[in-house]
Amino acid sequence: MSMRVFVCLGNVPDTTTKVKFTENNSVFDNTGVQWIINPWDELALTRAMELKEDTGSSVEKVTVITVGTKSAEPTIRKALAIGADDAIRIDSEPTDAYDVAAKLAGVLKDEDIGFVMCGIESCDYNGFAVGGMLSEFLNLPSVSSVSGIEVKGEKVSVSRTIDGGKEIISIDTPFVAIVQKGISIEPRIPAMRGIMMARKKPLNVVEVSDSEVLTSHKSFELPQPKPPCKMVDSENVKELFDLLQNEAKVI
Amino acid sequence: MAVLVFTENWDGKFKKLSFELISYAQKVAEKLNMPVVALSIGEVAEDELKKLGDYGAEKVLSVTNEYLKTLDNQMYTKVISEVAQKENAKVILLSHNNTGKALAPRLSVKLKAALGSGLIDLPSVVDPFTVNKKVFTGKAFVTVELNSEIKVLTLSQNSFKLISSDNKVTIEEYLTDIQESDTKTKVASTDKETGKLLLTDAEIVVSGGRGMKSPDNWGPIEELAELLGAATACSRPVSDEGWRPHEEHTGQTGKIIAPNLYIAAGISGAIQHIAGVSSAKFLVAINTDPDAPIFEAADYGIVGDVHKILPELISIVKESKL
Repeated sequence: MSMRVFVCLGNVPDTTTKVKFTENNSVFDNTGVQWIINPWDELALTRAMELKEDTGSSVEKVTVITVGTKSAEPTIRKALAIGADDAIRIDSEPTDAYDVAAKLAGVLKDEDIGFVMCGIESCDYNGFAVGGMLSEFLNLPSVSSVSGIEVKGEKVSVSRTIDGGKEIISIDTPFVAIVQKGISIEPRIPAMRGIMMARKKPLNVVEVSDSEVLTSHKSFELPQPKPPCKMVDSENVKELFDLLQNEAKVI
Repeated sequence: MAVLVFTENWDGKFKKLSFELISYAQKVAEKLNMPVVALSIGEVAEDELKKLGDYGAEKVLSVTNEYLKTLDNQMYTKVISEVAQKENAKVILLSHNNTGKALAPRLSVKLKAALGSGLIDLPSVVDPFTVNKKVFTGKAFVTVELNSEIKVLTLSQNSFKLISSDNKVTIEEYLTDIQESDTKTKVASTDKETGKLLLTDAEIVVSGGRGMKSPDNWGPIEELAELLGAATACSRPVSDEGWRPHEEHTGQTGKIIAPNLYIAAGISGAIQHIAGVSSAKFLVAINTDPDAPIFEAADYGIVGDVHKILPELISIVKESKL
């Protein structure tokens, strides 16, 4: 038996983007924005590749799947360059997490899943939602806050972060792993050979029927600028202590 | 109708975050003119359950099914949604912690309820139900309408004040028919430190960055944390280098925290780090570089060498405690 792992990808603005909004602050302004694989999804993909390369694991195929328009394709190609075998793009503008998860489930329900990996959050709308929603739509078990996955043959164990430590969980496939930092440490960088090969790998574009959207973003606002930092002389550390005690009243 | 709160206990005791949830629910329930019902899963003594009433719960439903000792997301979701239906809950509130993040999205689908996650404040309006939340990891705020009959909300820790109440609280047992075969999550082993103050629970956090120069220099960070009753944290390069455990990594891809006081020692303040700590009520920066971006996010700053400043601060704190 060989296992196929699906990694869900989000196409998100680079984490160093200075965010701006247009249309009376109701829409994210994507002018000049550099798009990247959502960092947690990239760590998931990195771990999936390691498992595929590990001869002791039955993971044999890694597929990336995303909901997005054609504009998401450079990000998908990057995932293929990192090493994914093939990709599925559900051709639709992503709206809210419920809609995205429903569409992913619409495709994944017909696939033979070993397990699905989703990043715990996305660095754009920070919903912490797609992985959990997807598992419920698919009626599959899920483990969240996953910081490690081991596959020995067909046996899968995951490490789940709990308050003050971790649990090692054994779980039967198929399931959904909602992963965080620790699943891998540094994301893989595509090598030249990977970039060349990525051009030839299958990127299947599929349509699914519309699903429901339960939330609507009304308006965005940038945080108020912070008052300037009060500087304390390095020869007068006592002043810092006094400020914390008497002004901020936090110690 | 009700506002339902999923509370968590740790070895039979509630933490401040459970009371924060009930306090928040009390305010939402007031606007909706509904009672607050709390759900507790696990062995919790009656005296402890009654404490939920002190913050506004009118009814506590206690579930003690032995197959729910391990968090199985599917089964917990089943129980919470059963209770939500029984109580005709219109709002379901969970913490924005590991457990809440695991369950809230599943509940959202199960109950076809819009999800508002990581909230830091009350809904601005309840009809239409409108919440404000941080997006782009703290770089902006968004106003979101939740357009469904039922809403699932998660509340960030340490973002809502406790509000006491003199409610009469009733405690009921709630029985579920969950069997061993229903739970798919089997814990093979657990490795945890008990009694250690958790980073996400801490009201004060002392954090070190690359400016600490070496993992051998962490003594003053730990000593200051100990003296202040604080948790320790670190920046991403420090955890990536293996100087400190990954659990301590605070920032965009690590932990997002909202303590009352965050002391950043030798942290330059990359945008990703600031994203994780910008909700701190007060931020102190100690850094040799006066142009370090951390000073733009800080409330109080000292330009100086952490290896000199921290020991001084430690002796001042010690003196104050004499």
